[in-house]
Amino acid sequence: MTAVTPVTRVRPTSPAKPKLELDPAVIRKARSLARKAGAPVVKLARTHTTVSVERAVLRLAGLSGADHEGVPWVNHLVDAVRAEVGLELGVTAPVFDALRRGEAPDLLTLAQKSAAGSVPFHRPQGRDSHAASSLALRSVKPGMARIDKNRATRDRLIKRHGNPKQRPWIYLIVATGDIYEDIPQAQTAAREGADVIAVIRSTGQSLLDFVPEGATREGYAGTYATQENFRLMRAALDEVSKELGRYIRLVNYASGLCMPEIATLAGLERLDMMLNDSMYGILFRDINPIRTFVDQRFSRQIHARAGIIINTGEDNYLTTADAVDAAHTVTVSQLMNEYFAKEAGLEDWQLGLGHAFEINPEIPDSFRMELAQALLARQLFPKAPLKWMPPTKHMTGDVFRGYLLDGFFNLVGAMTSQDILLVGMMTEAVVTPFLSDRDLALQNVRYVLSAAGGLTEDFHPPRDGFIQTRARRVLSEAVDLLEKIVNDTGEPGSVPLLQAISDGTFGLMKRPSDAGKGLDGVVKCAPGYDNPVSTLLEAGI
Amino acid sequence: MSTSVSRAKQTKGNTLPDIIRPYGDTTGDGMVQVSFTLPIPLDKLAEGAALQLAAKMGLAPALLVHAKAMGSDFTFFILYGSVSHLVNLSEVVVVEREFALLSAKEVNAAIKKRLRRKLVVVGACIGTDAHTVGIDAILNIKGFAGEKGLEYYTEIKVVNCGAQVLVPELVARARAERADAVLVSQVVTQKDAHIHNTMTMSAAFREAYPAGKVPLLIVGGPRFDQGSAATLGVDRIFGKGTTPGEVASYLVHAIRSGKVAASLA
Repeated sequence: MTAVTPVTRVRPTSPAKPKLELDPAVIRKARSLARKAGAPVVKLARTHTTVSVERAVLRLAGLSGADHEGVPWVNHLVDAVRAEVGLELGVTAPVFDALRRGEAPDLLTLAQKSAAGSVPFHRPQGRDSHAASSLALRSVKPGMARIDKNRATRDRLIKRHGNPKQRPWIYLIVATGDIYEDIPQAQTAAREGADVIAVIRSTGQSLLDFVPEGATREGYAGTYATQENFRLMRAALDEVSKELGRYIRLVNYASGLCMPEIATLAGLERLDMMLNDSMYGILFRDINPIRTFVDQRFSRQIHARAGIIINTGEDNYLTTADAVDAAHTVTVSQLMNEYFAKEAGLEDWQLGLGHAFEINPEIPDSFRMELAQALLARQLFPKAPLKWMPPTKHMTGDVFRGYLLDGFFNLVGAMTSQDILLVGMMTEAVVTPFLSDRDLALQNVRYVLSAAGGLTEDFHPPRDGFIQTRARRVLSEAVDLLEKIVNDTGEPGSVPLLQAISDGTFGLMKRPSDAGKGLDGVVKCAPGYDNPVSTLLEAGI
Repeated sequence: MSTSVSRAKQTKGNTLPDIIRPYGDTTGDGMVQVSFTLPIPLDKLAEGAALQLAAKMGLAPALLVHAKAMGSDFTFFILYGSVSHLVNLSEVVVVEREFALLSAKEVNAAIKKRLRRKLVVVGACIGTDAHTVGIDAILNIKGFAGEKGLEYYTEIKVVNCGAQVLVPELVARARAERADAVLVSQVVTQKDAHIHNTMTMSAAFREAYPAGKVPLLIVGGPRFDQGSAATLGVDRIFGKGTTPGEVASYLVHAIRSGKVAASLA
């Protein structure tokens, strides 16, 4: 085990001298613009709900399982309530009112009966409404308690087994489509040195409006995220954590149409990190913007509560846009992700803001620009566990050249104190990584970290040199873009950020807020809307 | 099908020899490098096993230059060796490009002259495939490899449906837009998803359109067999590294050979 651990280095918590001389006034301005752009969206998120948020609430109240066709009971119940009385008051008021009236002895039976259309739902009034609401609150408390307990368990296990000895933490992906293949692969990856294991989802999952059930063995380019798969993998990693004396973290994806439910399942099954970007689903999956922001706020509140570290998806911008010209869009997205995350209650240590090594290596000074960008992120978000992602766009079939590129990627990661390093594979864009590709990739990481990790101490880009100038330029372009967004007002009452998204400001993709997948699952809350989970989350109890 | 298969290099009067061998550092040395993993622990037996495999692959003599244990159950090997097989160039079968490469200006002029209206191209990634990098490289104005995408061509109307488009949606869109050509990108190949998706797509188009009126069906992706267009039911397959200019030139070629005009009558 010691053989796989690079030389231990402790990052000074407050570096004596910042590496980039950025104007604090510009940084303050960037943050205040992000707040200005984000606040109207938060207001929108507070006044809407979605079918997936309501289903997440039912999951926390203990409803799970699916019918013989695999349709989850939470979907049946939410659909039945919606069809009969609407979701404007939330799903819990009609559901727990029906339970109080004795329509069924428990949620599962109620869902089963509702699927057959044999439950009359009402919008309870007055005293009945209060009673339904307090029953709902009582019913979701065990679910919340389980999330709290999982967080405590994680803390205890980290204390017992320990964190990785080095930074960055080494993040590896497994993706076979079959959970029972993933498990030994993940355990092997951990033994080889991975600190964080991500189980990539089946590509189709983000657009499914339900969470599949049970252990799954069929997936495309990934394995379905299900509660049972989460449980199986977490148990397997607990086993290997014990064996290795190092707590191995598990990652999945809280994105797509079921983001709130998957976030909830992650909390219930003690996942440790979740991919959760504020705009990714809108831009790259054409999911309705309002659906995304509503789902995301709830998801992030759950993550905050569960002690889960989120990973944001800024790397994606650079796969469609140019990494030099669009560098500032990464910074803008990081600032927006930070704003939305903090508003939802996440703390700095939970913000795995993303960025990637995607500048075309044919461009002169590409490495210096990568360094500038990585330092900029480091300095703008000093307490966030930044997630550093490897080259993909400029990886070719030339695996030898790819291996060198990954080495340079690792070097930037080491020199700029990144916290979570997604290990680059030389076979990126060629094949699903071979066992040997992963082994070579880990050797690459270890070599660079042990040979050059200490450069953080020596490396100070000169004042007003290329790196400092480049970083300042990217930051100022980010401020300009944020200003443009804030001022992008259409009709009165329109939300500037949504306007900007529909104008194609990000990644050149135009996403109007009245279109996109999942739009029909968005509901405007009526006065009296009740969501017992939000009540507990907002109050922190 | 538009793809022509030809025997390479023989009739062109060039001076390539018929028989060649791999080149390490001397003509005719036949040297190659291979790496692979065997599912056994590293020891003498494993090294012998690697050499046996190399011999069966035609490497003689083979030189085992690197063997490394990966965990307790696997060993990684790198070998060099002279490969005993010969390459006979006269037996190599390749797909030659059946059309001339045109500039954007020539493409626009040809469309104008032949169609007297814009050529409509509808593009998408279908099935669960979320990788738009291929379709975007061909369609987006930004383009690929220094060439502007089809959106840049004044005589081409581009409708990019994006990723994870369902086949019925694509057919409906193609009909609504009166598409002359449908471009589909398929990157994910797990469990042959690219094959299944493409065949589903072409079947759906044949079903939805009267015979002879089906738009030009073009599929692109890094892992298609270049000669399988007929099997997949498409008109043309483009592989890795295809530029927008090649696709545009092919479209003009298809117009000239009557494929597009026929679909308009």
